[in-house]
Amino acid sequence: MPNISSNLAGIRSPNPFWLASAPPTNSGYQVMKAFDAGWGGAVWKTLGVPIINTSSRYGAINYRSSRMVGFNNIELITDRTLADNLREIEEVKKYFPEHAVIASLMVESRAEWHQIVKDVENAGADGVELNFGCPHGMCERGMGSAVGQEPSVLETITRWVKEVAKVPVIVKLTPNITDITEPAAAAARGGADAISLINTIQSLMGVDLDTFVPTPMVDGKSTNGGYCGPAVKPIALNMVKNCAQDPDVRIPISGIGGIENWRDAVEHMLLGASNVQVCTAVMHYGFGIIREMIPGLENFMREKGFEKLDDFIGKALPNVKTWENLNLKYKVIADISAEKCIGCQLCYTACEDGAHQAIALPKNGNRVPEIIEGNCVGCNLCSLVCPVEECITMVRKDDGKKHESWKDYMAADKAPTTFNDDRAGGKGHWVPEPAAALKR
Amino acid sequence: MPEFKQPTTEQDLELAFEQLKPYMNPTMAYYESSRCLFCYDAPCVTACPTGIDIPLFIRQINTGNVDGAAKTIYDSNYFGNICGKVCPTEVLCEGACVYNHQDVKPIEIGRLQSYATSQVIEKEKRLYHPAPPNGKKVAVIGAGPAGISCACELRLMGYEVTIFEAKKHPSGLAIYGCAPYKVTNEDVLDEIVWLQEQFGFEILYNHPIHSAEQIKSLEAYFDAIFLGIGLGATRPMSIPGENLENCYGATEYIEQVKISPLKVRVGKKVVVIGGGNTAMDAASESARLGAEEVTLAYRRSKEEMGAYEFEYELAKGVGVKGIFNAVPTAILGNGQVEGVRFIKTNSENGRVITVPGSEFELPCDAVILATGQEKKTGFLSLIEGLEWNKDGSIKVNVETFQTTNPKYFAGGDAVNGGAEVVNAAAEGKMAARGINSIMA
Repeated sequence: MPNISSNLAGIRSPNPFWLASAPPTNSGYQVMKAFDAGWGGAVWKTLGVPIINTSSRYGAINYRSSRMVGFNNIELITDRTLADNLREIEEVKKYFPEHAVIASLMVESRAEWHQIVKDVENAGADGVELNFGCPHGMCERGMGSAVGQEPSVLETITRWVKEVAKVPVIVKLTPNITDITEPAAAAARGGADAISLINTIQSLMGVDLDTFVPTPMVDGKSTNGGYCGPAVKPIALNMVKNCAQDPDVRIPISGIGGIENWRDAVEHMLLGASNVQVCTAVMHYGFGIIREMIPGLENFMREKGFEKLDDFIGKALPNVKTWENLNLKYKVIADISAEKCIGCQLCYTACEDGAHQAIALPKNGNRVPEIIEGNCVGCNLCSLVCPVEECITMVRKDDGKKHESWKDYMAADKAPTTFNDDRAGGKGHWVPEPAAALKR
Repeated sequence: MPEFKQPTTEQDLELAFEQLKPYMNPTMAYYESSRCLFCYDAPCVTACPTGIDIPLFIRQINTGNVDGAAKTIYDSNYFGNICGKVCPTEVLCEGACVYNHQDVKPIEIGRLQSYATSQVIEKEKRLYHPAPPNGKKVAVIGAGPAGISCACELRLMGYEVTIFEAKKHPSGLAIYGCAPYKVTNEDVLDEIVWLQEQFGFEILYNHPIHSAEQIKSLEAYFDAIFLGIGLGATRPMSIPGENLENCYGATEYIEQVKISPLKVRVGKKVVVIGGGNTAMDAASESARLGAEEVTLAYRRSKEEMGAYEFEYELAKGVGVKGIFNAVPTAILGNGQVEGVRFIKTNSENGRVITVPGSEFELPCDAVILATGQEKKTGFLSLIEGLEWNKDGSIKVNVETFQTTNPKYFAGGDAVNGGAEVVNAAAEGKMAARGINSIMA
């Protein structure tokens, strides 16, 4: 049986699945219920000076019959008193000493930071997470993402915390920034033991077409909220990777963003996350999803021969390069399986209208389209729109012996340099005459 | 014990004739429309005799534009709701759905179509306005699907249209023939009322046209005449006993079931002669009206039946038994039907050969002959210069639906020999365009 116990910068938990600081960790009751269900850790709903929330707080994007593929909230940090939260942290730790309880914190002055760190440590917290990510409400008051967007301020506050903290300190980053590695490196400079990312993305979920008010609506008005859920995973993965590869960061990462099942978690970890945090999926389906996540992870590790989490954390990192290092001699071409094709011709119209006019309709009366090999640039679009698994595959056509990247092209003066350079990549690629579009 | 008992109340009838394609609720329609792939050059459209842009109306349903969806449907087929319910979608649009090639349930196109159209009918949405009068007048004989479709299309082009209907209800076989578990009379009549409100054509009920004088006066008053006269009574088999009480023609029997179902006294043991869709309907309806034993007898093999496979399955589903390769030689009885004498057959090269000495008798107390309908050649002979084919179907130009008498156009069963509502709807519409192409 693979060992899935987790260690993030010294914070141990029976498994790498933590609840992110959010509504599911609002109370000791919820955290206790989650641990009982199998979650390994929980980052408590951010503590600080209690706030007052609006009524109507969440918005969602549904895609066809899938609900909540994207989700946002305008809720703030805890609206409960610190004393109540501390008492409940203490109680949870009594029942679950082996589970990780991390106190998410957000206050303003150095004195407040010192005080609250001591308070949560006394209550038994295994670590603290500094909330420099919240992109709505709190940032208007100079906290949350307002800190995460100012690396120097972030670094200073991290130092304040480190002045007193006896438990590991995690800095939670906002993705609402041009380059995530800057605040990540600032956290490392400030002495943070780990970073966690991503917090939510600033967003408006949509607009009601009758009232002209965006959602979520509060008495006829709305405000930007924080976007999360399955739709944000690709953004999160990229930022996790950026931090994991940055030589100025070099501290463990807790991956957050779009994690709903074991697969999502493994992807975060392959790109450098030591553990993961989950919120939206629990808000959608409840704590019970952990029943799928743990055995799914264990099965993956068994199948791949991994004995512990460290065996695969960061394993995909060597496979992410800058664009200029990709092999321009690698050639794939689409191949349509006539046997599997159901004849929807979505590949045809996608390629015809959205790509390179490299798919022809059959003339023999059947509905299986044909690839025009000379026009196919190997973009994958057809294989992505095809509704049949493995019907359109991308087949390698080069012999695998040549490797020349953009970098190599530039070094060898093989890259186009003027507007009408004959070395243009599309030179010689057949494009229909414009007027051909109007012939029916 | 039979599954159904003789219905005595409206509630009994509702159970006996429970709708095969009940209306979807908005959630069902949303989920189902979400599944549509939006195929390029979609096979469902090609399979539809009226060429409805099915992927478009499904997409419109999915985006909450139900009026737009209904408009897309009615633009191609004025019998949108009725066809959604009574079309043999299994062999038309839904049979062509590419999901079939993936062994995935095809999109329920018929039900989605009825979902959209029934809503504009119920809400009395105005989708069409007739063109200003062009000063030309057309008489339509027969208020069936062909005649009404022709009238709608003509009104859009500014023609004044008067429909002469022999019976007291519009829609022809939609109300007098379509299986009651496929569509209710209420639904049929609601759609016709809606069409009449949209297009403003006149229907004169109980107005049979059967004399040369009437024809002369129509010809004098109208610029063109459309014949949507359908087929005649059940064709006799010319065997002894056909005139016994309780021996019915299927068309006449079904008409009674449709118009006064509570008055139909179905036999305990019913024999239905024939292998077409009408035979299946008559057998199913008898079983649903409480017949204890319904036997379908066809002179050829099961595989040679003209009925759609799913129609036979439907009949079998309500307990109908089939006997094949048996042709009736006499209906037995004295005043009342007491049985049918059959002789066994072999089919050789499409010909039916009786097997000498293989006679057998099947006791029963009702016989329904579903052996085809007569053509109305007697009526047609009143029209000067109008020609028909050997089988009695009216000769028309395949593009304009103009007959050999240039003043007359025709469509529907009288031309195609007896097909679906959707075929008649398509032909009526095309004939209207034919009229306009010649008269404009």
